[in-house]
Amino acid sequence: MSEETREKILEVRDIHVSFGRGRKKFEAIKGVSFDIYKGETFGLVGESGSGKTTIGRAIIRINPITSGEILYHGKRISGRIDRETNRNIIRNIQMIFQDPMASLNERAKVDYIVSEGLYNIGGFTDEKDRSEKVRKAMLDVGLPPEFASRFPHEFSGGQRQRIGIARTLIMNPELVIADEPISALDVSIRAQVLNLLTELQKQYGLTYLFIAHDLSIMRFITNRLGVIYKGVIVEMGDTEKIFQNAVHPYTRALISAIPQPDPLTERDKRVYRYDPSVHHYENDPPVWTEIEADHFALINGEEKRAYEEGRVRG
Amino acid sequence: MEEKEVILSVKDLNVIFDLRGQTLTAVRGISLDVYRGESLAIVGESGSGKSVFTKSFMGMLDKNGRVSGGEILYKGQDLAKFTTQKEWREIRGKEIAMVFQDPMTSLNPLKTVGKQICEAVMLHQGLRGREAKEKTIEYLSDVGITMPKLRYNQYPHEFSGGMRQRAVIATAMACNPEILICDEPTTALDVTIQAQIIELLRDMQKKYRLTIIYITHDLGVVAKVADRVAVMYAGDIVEVGTAYEVFYNARHPYTWALLSSLPQLGVKGEKLYSIEGTPPNLFMEIRGDAFAPRNPYALKIDYELRPPYFEVSPTHRVRSWLLDDRAPKVEPPATIRRMLERWKEVEAHE
Repeated sequence: MSEETREKILEVRDIHVSFGRGRKKFEAIKGVSFDIYKGETFGLVGESGSGKTTIGRAIIRINPITSGEILYHGKRISGRIDRETNRNIIRNIQMIFQDPMASLNERAKVDYIVSEGLYNIGGFTDEKDRSEKVRKAMLDVGLPPEFASRFPHEFSGGQRQRIGIARTLIMNPELVIADEPISALDVSIRAQVLNLLTELQKQYGLTYLFIAHDLSIMRFITNRLGVIYKGVIVEMGDTEKIFQNAVHPYTRALISAIPQPDPLTERDKRVYRYDPSVHHYENDPPVWTEIEADHFALINGEEKRAYEEGRVRG
Repeated sequence: MEEKEVILSVKDLNVIFDLRGQTLTAVRGISLDVYRGESLAIVGESGSGKSVFTKSFMGMLDKNGRVSGGEILYKGQDLAKFTTQKEWREIRGKEIAMVFQDPMTSLNPLKTVGKQICEAVMLHQGLRGREAKEKTIEYLSDVGITMPKLRYNQYPHEFSGGMRQRAVIATAMACNPEILICDEPTTALDVTIQAQIIELLRDMQKKYRLTIIYITHDLGVVAKVADRVAVMYAGDIVEVGTAYEVFYNARHPYTWALLSSLPQLGVKGEKLYSIEGTPPNLFMEIRGDAFAPRNPYALKIDYELRPPYFEVSPTHRVRSWLLDDRAPKVEPPATIRRMLERWKEVEAHE
């Protein structure tokens, strides 16, 4: 996709999220900005506690942000918004949760679980319309529509995750936030769910915000990637460029930690550990620097020079 | 390679569970030798019986499960014949120890970490009082826990996930075992921590000359740690060989399927290979090859007769009719063909 034709659908501008107050205040997100373009898959990667899930939850207004703003199609959706906008984002921004065992209501039938979103916004005309929509959503995710009369416990993990996807699809969303959608699944099921997500993206022109800690999956599925460390994005850009040319030591540590299913290379590989004390930021604070087209990193002048002289390789 | 000493030998092992009057066969006639000092990885999807198989070495099957046939030979004893807890206590911990997946559930939240490790030290090494405590602190620093004296008096909730797993490993080491079974040791951990724990396990293996059996479904981890790999499907080992053989010269269609479903090996923008259907119902008797209904390469005979092991090399056995001389030549999936390319590198390497 060329620069001009890309349409920004979501803009996150310098958001901060904190939990608790007073002495117990903890700032989970410390000024994060990124854009998501229509039709792409944008990934957020980082270790647990880095705040990647909090960002996803801030976008769909589960966690309120303390400062900054989030724009959807140029319109502010953070803070106080009117009813119309609220309804609009509920319909257009949906989320797939990590654990399909925990995210489905055990006491409701699949039929209700899938159409719950429709009930909330009055998204159907009559019962016939509703059941037709459920039927279509079930078929889209590869489940037989008859399964709608069953309860969640009757399904396997992979099938449950499909139900989770069906209930986002029924809303006909534009942006889907997928929070670790495959990490709770078995290896053989992962490929199925990844394929399904890719197919649905093609079919409906969905945009994904993909949140995960596993970089190997990110390389496969995302177009652009943001690497987040302790509530700050340290590197962002085209996924392949980041993998080929990681600049920030944290990104390099993450990439080196991916276990590759390849004994020949894996045998002699030493895992590189990220140590924040490698930075000398006292006199030369890090700034958001453009490394190449569509590839940015949070580094200081010295680190940039080191990169340009080719000293960071390896 | 020098002559290898067999430390544990499993012969035609069957494990069954009684469930509401029905019999579930979780392990169907596995034979496998484990060599001293090696790391063996057992891979397979959930429900393939990999955990049950290893639990049977420690007498840790659930109450309704039992070994219904076969032998588990360890130091001249047949563990499959053990019935009382007293017999098992001689094996468990002392000879064979285990590290579980979730470090939070394998530590007692009401006892300090030090006490828990100390318990193992006192029981298995016969030390008392200050001596035991000092030994425990030594183990703590051994597994890379900084400030071991302070950590000794802390509770599991004061430890991070990675630190807890280190403490669990310390407990296992304190038992001074010959064999360490690691059941998904890194699944609950973050990628960066994962790499550290694997390195720790490798260091421990060198230091104490351990034999480690890894149970995992993460083929990335397998590639890193394993000398040999056994692929399990529906309670049976369908392919076993050295890590190089299983990764670069895989012969069983199930191994092909596992490898080609990995995003790491996939080509961006292309569909990943996924295994259709579901694993077989183990309540029923399985006729022929258990993988046949999901196998795009299945032959007619696969539905009728269980394939024997075919030997690809002295270290590489595969249970698939495709290796029979009469079987048609099949073209493996693209991912596997790419891996086969690298097999030449391995051969050149050796």
